[in-house]
Amino acid sequence: MGDGSLVETTRAELRADLEDGTQQAARRAKVPPLEASELDHLEDIFCSNARFTGVDLGDEVIMSYDGSGNADLGSRMTEMLAYQTHQGADMLELWHIDYSYKAIKTILSFEAHEMKMSQLNLTIPMQYGAMPDLGRYSKPDGPIPNWSELMPLGRIEEARAAQLEAGEMATHDMLFVADGMVEAGTDGLDFDTAGAAGDGDFLATLNAVEKIRAKHPHVGIEVGMASEFVLGMHGELEYKGKRLAGMWPHQQVKAVAAAGGTIFGPAVNVNTRKSVAWNVSRACTLVKRCCEEATIPVHMNVGMGVGGVPMTAYPPVDAVSRVSKALVDITRMDGL
Amino acid sequence: MGDPVGMSLAHTLASGMGGMRAAGDLVARMQMTRGMRLSEAKEYVAGRLGVSTLDLVDPVVMHDVRAELGLGRITVQELTYADQPYAIEAKFRISEVLDIPINSVERFAARAGLGAPRVSAAGGAAG
Repeated sequence: MGDGSLVETTRAELRADLEDGTQQAARRAKVPPLEASELDHLEDIFCSNARFTGVDLGDEVIMSYDGSGNADLGSRMTEMLAYQTHQGADMLELWHIDYSYKAIKTILSFEAHEMKMSQLNLTIPMQYGAMPDLGRYSKPDGPIPNWSELMPLGRIEEARAAQLEAGEMATHDMLFVADGMVEAGTDGLDFDTAGAAGDGDFLATLNAVEKIRAKHPHVGIEVGMASEFVLGMHGELEYKGKRLAGMWPHQQVKAVAAAGGTIFGPAVNVNTRKSVAWNVSRACTLVKRCCEEATIPVHMNVGMGVGGVPMTAYPPVDAVSRVSKALVDITRMDGL
Repeated sequence: MGDPVGMSLAHTLASGMGGMRAAGDLVARMQMTRGMRLSEAKEYVAGRLGVSTLDLVDPVVMHDVRAELGLGRITVQELTYADQPYAIEAKFRISEVLDIPINSVERFAARAGLGAPRVSAAGGAAG
């Protein structure tokens, strides 16, 4: 199940879940449902009694490992080396437990030093990652009037202005940290859970990406989303003529590519009351069109509670391996 | 990242390229710096290394290729390869073999007084 619990089901019940998952996704995002042959393939994957499964030889994809390490090995550099040599990571991400660019700005010197020393000791590429985290700029955590408090009072224009003002601050902080990390030798920047505070959050991220790309043409830029759908907290914001509120993954990836991003990470939230098969069918449907239309690599978010992976601290490997194989086989994505 | 066995190892074993155990790190660099889709990145790296795209996930083949080109290898108990390129040393070689600027390499070279940043045929120096 989506909460990680093991259940027994019949093949017919599982097929019904797959059918329902794809139909619900197709209806919501206005994308085509999975074809019968694709549902047959998912049915085979989920009806197998094998403890573990995997993609066919030659179909392997890149593992970008946002938030590499588990903060239990003594130092972050040790964590990175462990992920490089013990976990088969293709890319790494240096990060801080206060995972927000606003917070990182105040400790950039320490973070940049960690980046520099790690780069000297690592062979595989490593980026720096944090959240755009627009909400941190609103009161009581920041200086900007809180738009979530203004809106229920009907002060819509003030709420919208507050989001724009916060967005300018967030963009400035992301650029500030990016400059420091590029000087320290990073291979790239990751803007993780973009859009967490809605369309203003996503716009601030896209503006930062555009400025970083112009200033640092060869640095990698990954934008990973917070959810499958961009919430319209402002409602009228646009990027390059496209309205951000209501964007689904196949639209989000175009905005990220237009800004200068080199990797896009779609996120599809898990319904814990539904089966893993239902969640995977829904995730594949939402992301398949994104992968078909993308001009940059697509690395699906597949941590706990996203992309079909059960929402539990210790995801069962039988479920995770099925999610992994299903997403790669059905969507032909570029990485996870 | 979460539970290492349930998350990272499960995904790596189910669908990953294996990192520097094979050639996943090299393909990843082309995605990061050039925005190449997976098949294009695999073909580019395979072409630069003179191997097939299937070889890129074969640790036996890549063990020898990485040794020959000095691209860095994983240490395995007594096999430390201390006399061969690793870490920043290997990244100098990777930059040359893939014909891409690597930011940490460019910074290292400049700060160690090793000369001007290398300019890639694909255009420009590292950011």
